[in-house]
Amino acid sequence: MFKYIIRRLLQLIPVIIGISIVVFMIVHLAPGDPILMMLGEDATPEDYARLQRIYGFDRPVHEQYLRWAGNALQGDLGVSIRQGAPVGSLLLSRLPATIELAFISVLLAVILGVPLGVLAAIKRETPVDFFSMVVALLGVSMPGFWVALVLLTYVALNVGWIPMFGRGGSVFYGLTQLFTAFDASELWEGLRYIMLPAISIGTAMMAIITRLTRSSLLEVMGKDYIRTARAKGLGERVVVFKHGLRNALLPVVTIVGIQFGAMLGGAVITETVFAWPGAGRLIVNAIQQRDFPIVQGGVLMMALIFTMVNLLVDLSYAVLNPRIRYD
Amino acid sequence: MKQLVRNRSALVGLIIISLLLFFAIFANFVVPNDPYEMDIWVSYGAPEWFGEDSQYILGTDDMGRCVLSRIIMGSRISLLVGAVATGSSLIIGVFLGAIGAYVGGKTDALIMRFMDLILSIPSILLAIAIVATLGPGMVNAMIAIAIVRIPQMARVTRSMVLSIKEEDYVQAGKALGFSHGRLLFKHILMNCFAPIMVVATLGMGTAIVVEAGLSFLGLGAQPPLISWGRMLAMGREAIRSAPHMTLYPGIAIVFTVLGFNLLGDGLRDIFDPQLKQR
Repeated sequence: MFKYIIRRLLQLIPVIIGISIVVFMIVHLAPGDPILMMLGEDATPEDYARLQRIYGFDRPVHEQYLRWAGNALQGDLGVSIRQGAPVGSLLLSRLPATIELAFISVLLAVILGVPLGVLAAIKRETPVDFFSMVVALLGVSMPGFWVALVLLTYVALNVGWIPMFGRGGSVFYGLTQLFTAFDASELWEGLRYIMLPAISIGTAMMAIITRLTRSSLLEVMGKDYIRTARAKGLGERVVVFKHGLRNALLPVVTIVGIQFGAMLGGAVITETVFAWPGAGRLIVNAIQQRDFPIVQGGVLMMALIFTMVNLLVDLSYAVLNPRIRYD
Repeated sequence: MKQLVRNRSALVGLIIISLLLFFAIFANFVVPNDPYEMDIWVSYGAPEWFGEDSQYILGTDDMGRCVLSRIIMGSRISLLVGAVATGSSLIIGVFLGAIGAYVGGKTDALIMRFMDLILSIPSILLAIAIVATLGPGMVNAMIAIAIVRIPQMARVTRSMVLSIKEEDYVQAGKALGFSHGRLLFKHILMNCFAPIMVVATLGMGTAIVVEAGLSFLGLGAQPPLISWGRMLAMGREAIRSAPHMTLYPGIAIVFTVLGFNLLGDGLRDIFDPQLKQR
């Protein structure tokens, strides 16, 4: 297992190099002059020359890339054009909010999606099943940012204690406060604000999980070992949950990992709707202000997180399913 | 075709898409009002479903334009961007996947690693970044969506070609001395048609959601073109006074995506009966 992890980590190196090249290319191979795009139309020649020097655009492309990648490796992603602050620290300061939102959304999706899927599979071809499939179909068809707008309009505007915009504080910090100081107010502050964004982002994932849990459990329940378990006289509950669900959840774990990336991307827009102070909103604002260092650094960081999550999913898959060999 | 009608999900999807196509093609004739005509005296008008003379069934927007007419007109952009983006990603993806699987070796490895790279960046984020550098606009949105959709097409095609390549009839063609082009396009790709169509249909839904997201951020089709995403962005500014401005364009998006998802699911069941029995 240890060897397997090391090898997977080594395999990441070419992937990360590739991602950095793609991210670099996005800004540099685009038509038009990036400096003119950054400066806008009323740029003076002095400004132009200065920026060209700062960003090294007067150098050959491969040299520019090596310089950028070398700096990035040392944690230096350049300086924001509009805010003047280092991109790395700007992104890092926003990262906790994004990760917390993503985590809570996944949690919500799993907590709601798995039971709904199980229920649909057990009560197959009943109204319960039909209902859950309608929920699943609608869930994957709704853009997250529209769910966000609808929740704002019909929930936040009508329920006084649910705020419309911003973040109330860290839910994780709130949890530690609850258990150390027995003070739930911090947690409540955090939850109040995170609720609607998490529902908006988690809805699509919940729908996917519901569907997959249902089809996966139905498939597993047709297997021989389930018949054996029933023949042994085990109760239906033990058969479904211990023999069935455990095996049915394998593909669900994979899809959670794959969808996590889609979620990070979709969260970018939803964060904007709720003015959630996360990395996604930072990137969107940067795009609107043509602040390319932030865009570059932000996309690079999101891609790295996505890659790491996929690795973790692969590893957990190996743990969950011992039949997968590590070599 | 018979199966298509018998499969409930495919049928409903097909009806939804046909309706949408009808409205999109004949938009000029079916709109109840001029979708571009501004009238600030009736701006933010609430929907009047059953009025005596309800001129604006779904209300009006910030400029007093008819929301229903704009939704109908906007269906053109959504479907056009979705179709062009999906079509281009289909052609390029199928080509890359087929070449990779057929030639194999280093070519295959190179193509697939590149596809993996594109997949390793969250697709909406990548699309946003591409449009941000190319500049906002409908064509650039199409390019961006096409790029992020290529890997999936390539992957599906590759896996199909890999398995069909070894079939007896392909080997027979090889023995008869058919050219690589004829083997690949006539004998192999023709038999991958079904699963690729399923992925393309489901991909239409995804492309339309991404397009809506891009236009919502102001990166998609620019005015005077009407896009649902942009209507939502306008509605967002007025969620207190005119919630209908965000509700109805969104329902249009959901309805459209739902149509393609239903059809895609249905087609998958038809082409792969084993899955259906689950």
